[in-house]
Amino acid sequence: MAETMVPPGVTSGGPAGAPHGAPHGSHGGAAEGETRRDFLTLTTAAFAAVGVGAVVWPFISSMNPARDVLALASTEVDLSPIAVGQAVTVVWRGKPVFVRHRTAEDIQAARATPLSELKDPAPDQSRVQRDQWLVVVGVCTHLGCVPLGQRPTDAKGNFDGWFCPCHGSHYDTSGRIRIGPAPLNLPVPDYTFTSDTQIRIG
Amino acid sequence: MAIGLHDSTIQNPVLRWVDQRLPVFTMMQKEYGTFPTPRNFNYFWNFGALAMVTLMIMIATGVFLSMNYTPHTAHAFDSVERIMRDVNYGWLIRYVHMNGASMFFIVVFIHIWRGMYYGSYKAPRELLWILGVVIFLLMMATAFMGYVLPWGQMSFWGATVITNLFSAIPLVGESIVIWLWGGFSVDNPTLNRFFSLHYLLPFMIAGVVFLHVAALHITGSNNPLGIDPKGPQDTLPFHPYYTAKDSVGLVVYFIVFAFLVFFMPNYLGHADNYIPANPLVTPAHIVPEWYFLPFYAILRAVPDKLGGVLLMFGSIAVLFVLPWLDTSPVRSMRFRPVAKWSLYLWLVSFFVLMWAGAKPADEPYVTISRIATAYYFAYFLVILPLLGRLERPLSLPESIAMPVLRGGGPVLAGAAAKPMEKA
Ligand code: HEM
Ligand code: FES
Repeated sequence: MAETMVPPGVTSGGPAGAPHGAPHGSHGGAAEGETRRDFLTLTTAAFAAVGVGAVVWPFISSMNPARDVLALASTEVDLSPIAVGQAVTVVWRGKPVFVRHRTAEDIQAARATPLSELKDPAPDQSRVQRDQWLVVVGVCTHLGCVPLGQRPTDAKGNFDGWFCPCHGSHYDTSGRIRIGPAPLNLPVPDYTFTSDTQIRIG
Repeated sequence: MAIGLHDSTIQNPVLRWVDQRLPVFTMMQKEYGTFPTPRNFNYFWNFGALAMVTLMIMIATGVFLSMNYTPHTAHAFDSVERIMRDVNYGWLIRYVHMNGASMFFIVVFIHIWRGMYYGSYKAPRELLWILGVVIFLLMMATAFMGYVLPWGQMSFWGATVITNLFSAIPLVGESIVIWLWGGFSVDNPTLNRFFSLHYLLPFMIAGVVFLHVAALHITGSNNPLGIDPKGPQDTLPFHPYYTAKDSVGLVVYFIVFAFLVFFMPNYLGHADNYIPANPLVTPAHIVPEWYFLPFYAILRAVPDKLGGVLLMFGSIAVLFVLPWLDTSPVRSMRFRPVAKWSLYLWLVSFFVLMWAGAKPADEPYVTISRIATAYYFAYFLVILPLLGRLERPLSLPESIAMPVLRGGGPVLAGAAAKPMEKA
């Protein structure tokens, strides 16, 4: 392609050389058969491609989240009514977020697990700000179902955390994936403790 | 005849006037009237016409549903219930549309099976076959997005799981999913665009169907013997012979269709879709529509996310290259003793996958799905390429007319010239 970009003059001739004379008129070698017309065709095609791209982009981009969707406010959660061992589900950006008040055994179980047993290794300490409060996005990292385990009656899976019924992923008390097709731990959203009993997610 | 006018043979003066200027009647006459068609079709050759009828029914019912449907998360479910309860004959239109989708897949599955059994994908019909697979993909996309519209629990969670398939793509997966959703979860922007696309895609299907049929009319139809017609003694004009045969099939089709619509309209659906979508609660047991089950089972058979997604798409993509995987020059399985049974076994694996896809993701179903998945792919990737070399096909009949007319039909000049051989 690049050779076609030789300036028209190099091919030896005025415009008359282009349509007919090229095979005879050029000096042979790599430039043989290349004409001013080829150059113009390629330039036009390149401009057309850029133009099409520029026209298509707004349409593609219009399908991305709009500004009002992006502007969705953060979510405040009052922790005071959540007793030890209980969990609540709140909505943040249209997704469920699990807030779990962990028991001492929950924390103990999460910390006792060697990292080598984890599919997506992360120490429990890196996933909490205060040991007893676990905050994770309640969306299975496999294909997006909401795992069970928030209500006392739910199946919690083999590791006493959450169990995703869709294709059988088990999460532990730190929200880490232990068995099943999900590749990653339940993500921890950005959140801050605004007081001892209040967090803001987002 | 004036210069610039088409030389029409149509008698009716009004039609003739049109035909001279735009020869659509000549074209219909050529493509659907006198079109030479192999004389030995069996009822498997009805299903293309049935698919075409189904597409028209889907578009007609869809247009009328849209007049009463509201694509908004707050109103979609109620608007569908209103169609069911308050709109005159709304229940009928919706049940026809709902079960029409199932009929569409039944018909197209059989149509594809016909192609696989009689080798219709082989030269010179490769492009015709590829266009068919494109139609099949578009149909799946259309049906998937349609199922989201009533905004029930299965709508929502089906949409969530299927769009999340794209998150398996390395690096850009997450961005693609957010782009598909137009947000951070399946929500109102998603519903809106799905409605727009659900309305659009069937018309694109109609366009590809046109190309599919145009390609068919270049190569001509295959037939149960898989050999080419050798002359007029091997063919019949499409009308009245196959218009009549298609009509018989159409009657049976409508009996089945009507039975579904009037006696078991919700049998093929899932009860959970009559529960409004709840983004916070996944139903305990989510399953896709029955026609996606084999592919869903393949997805779940693989313990790895990306692997499962690739294999699922691969199970359809492999159809695109089928014409080149099957290296045998013999089209019809009637003459391929080993390939025939391998293909029947493939059909069994397909049904096993369909069954396993509806079961929970537990043992023994996972192991069973894995075995069936392995065979599904082995048929295409190992068995067919090998059989092309190893198998000894039975001897092919001399011509189409000969086995058909054996035992005395009218003896046609061309056919009579050749001595009878073992068929
Ligand atoms: C290839 C053809 C089509 C297929 C396979 C198809 C499939 C479907 C399916 C499976 C549903 C869900 C039915 C339910 O469970 O309620 C649906 C709903 C719907 N479709 Fe289609 N469709 C097709 C063509 C169309 C067209 C052309 C339109 C519009 C012009 C349309 C408009 C609608 C509407 C408004 C709904 C929502 C109402 C409802 O859920 O019953 N469809 N479609
Ligand atoms: S979505 Fe949770 S295991 Fe598949």
